[in-house]
Amino acid sequence: MKQRRLSVVPRTVIALAIVALASQIAFAVIQPRPQARAEELPVPPPRTALRAMSLGDPIPLAQFSTLWLQAFDNQPGVSIPFLNLDYGKVEAWLQSILQLDPRGQYPLMMASQLYAQVPDERKQRQMLALVYREFLTDPNRRWPWMAHAAIMAKHRLNDLPLALKYAQALAAHATSADVPHWARQMEIFLYEDLGEYETARILLGGLLNSGAVQDAHETRFLIERLNALKDAEKSSSTSEK
Amino acid sequence: MLSKVLTIARFTLLEAVRTRLLWIVLIILALLFLGSLFVQHIAITETERIQIGFLAASVRMAAVLILSLHLAGSVVREFNDKVVDLLLSLALPRAGYYLGKFLGFAGIAVAIAALATLTILAVALFDMAWAKLITHSDIGNISALVSGPALAQWGVSLALELTLVAALTLFCVITFAQIMPAISFVIAFYLLARSISAVRLLSTSQLLAPNDWSNRAIAHLVDALGWLLPDLDRFTSTAWLVDHSATLGDLYLNAIQTLVYGGLLLGAGLFDLYRRNL
Repeated sequence: MKQRRLSVVPRTVIALAIVALASQIAFAVIQPRPQARAEELPVPPPRTALRAMSLGDPIPLAQFSTLWLQAFDNQPGVSIPFLNLDYGKVEAWLQSILQLDPRGQYPLMMASQLYAQVPDERKQRQMLALVYREFLTDPNRRWPWMAHAAIMAKHRLNDLPLALKYAQALAAHATSADVPHWARQMEIFLYEDLGEYETARILLGGLLNSGAVQDAHETRFLIERLNALKDAEKSSSTSEK
Repeated sequence: MLSKVLTIARFTLLEAVRTRLLWIVLIILALLFLGSLFVQHIAITETERIQIGFLAASVRMAAVLILSLHLAGSVVREFNDKVVDLLLSLALPRAGYYLGKFLGFAGIAVAIAALATLTILAVALFDMAWAKLITHSDIGNISALVSGPALAQWGVSLALELTLVAALTLFCVITFAQIMPAISFVIAFYLLARSISAVRLLSTSQLLAPNDWSNRAIAHLVDALGWLLPDLDRFTSTAWLVDHSATLGDLYLNAIQTLVYGGLLLGAGLFDLYRRNL
C-alpha cells in the first residue's frame, strides 16, 4: 500500500514528534547512569525456582545469571570492589549457576580469577574452598581452576598445607589424559617446598616409572629435579645429624 | 474538535464495557489473587512478602497484556469494519480520531491500574484479617507489610506505565495494522525497556577491556538505545510495596517520562496515520 505524500502530515504533528524525540533524548541523557550497588546483590532464588524460571532450558538462564552477576564489578563512576560484595551471596549465586549449567566453566573462573583476588584473606579462602568443593564433583573438567587455587594458596596466602591439599586433590582426582602433567606434578614440588624431600622424591620417581611422561624434554627435566631432590634430601639429613 | 475527541474517547470506553473487558480483567485478577494465596501457602518464611511480590509482578504483567491485546483487537476491528473510513469521511481530522482513541484507552489503562491496586489492597486486608484471627491483636497499618501511601504510589505508577503501553500499542497497531506483529513489537519493546538499565550495566563492565574500540562502540550503541527507550524499570517497582515506599521524586520522574515518551509515541503514531492511504 503506497503511502501518502509527506506534505499531507500537518506541521504541528511533525513538530510534536521532533520536539518529543529531542525531549526524550535530553531526559534520558540527564538521568544518572544505571549503577550496580554491592548491597543490591540479592540472595539467589531457590534451585527449584530457578529451574522453573528456566522454562526447561537452564543453560541460557545460567549464562544470563553469570553476566548479570559479573555486572556487580567496578562500574565507571562508582567503584564497587568485589571486596564490598556479600561473599555468602556471591557463593550461593555461583553454586546456583553451576547447578543450572554444570558443564560451564565461567562461574569457577570468576571464583578463582576474580572474586578470589580481593585483598581479604577470609574471602579469598572462601572462594578457594568453593573451587575445591566444585572441583571434586567434576575434576577432569574443572582442574584448571583447582590448579590456580593451589598456586594462589601457595603464593598469595602463603599457606603451603592448603596448597598441598589442593595439589593432592588434583593428582588424585584429575586423572583424564587431557589433564597436563604439570598440574598433577604440583603435589611433588609442594612437598619439596615443604621440605619433605623424601615424599617428593618417591612421588617423582613413581611418576617417571609409570611411563605417564612421554615427552623426552619433560622426562629429562624431571630426572634433573629428581636428582636435585636426592641432593637436597642428603644435605638435609647431613645437617640434621 | 474537543467535543468530537471526547465523544470518540467515550465510545472507546463504552466499547470496553460492552466487550466484557471489565469481567475479563476481574476474572484474571481473581485468578492471580488465588495464585498468590497458593504462593503464600507454600512459602516457609516471609510469606506475606512473597505473596505481595508475586501478586504485584504478575498483576502488572497481566495488566500490560490485557490492555495491549484489547487495544490492538479494538483498533484492528475498526479498520476491518471500515469504521475508521466512515469516521474520517465526516468532518473529523485524523488527529481528532487518534487523540480520541488514545484518551479512551488511557482511561481504560487508569481503570485497570485502579482494579490492580484494589486487588493488592484486598490481599493486604485479607492478610491483616488473617493475622488478627491468628494473633488476636490489632495491627495499625493496612497490613504488617504494605502501607497505604506505598500502595497509592504503586497504583499511580502503574497507571502511568499502562498509559505509556496504551500509547505504544496504538502506535504499533496503526503502523502494522495487524494484531500479531503489533503485539509482538509491544511485548519486545516492553521487555527491552524494562531491562535496558541492566543491559547498559552489562555493556560497560570494566572486565571487558573498556579501552578496546569494539567494547566502547557496543557500550555507546547500547547507551544510544537506552536514550531512545523509556526507562520502564523505574516504574511500578515491587520494592515500593515490600521494602520501602517510592519517593515523590520517583513519581515526578515517572510522570515526566510518561509525558515525554507519550508525546513521542503520539507524534509518531499521528505521523503514520496521516501518511496512511485508507
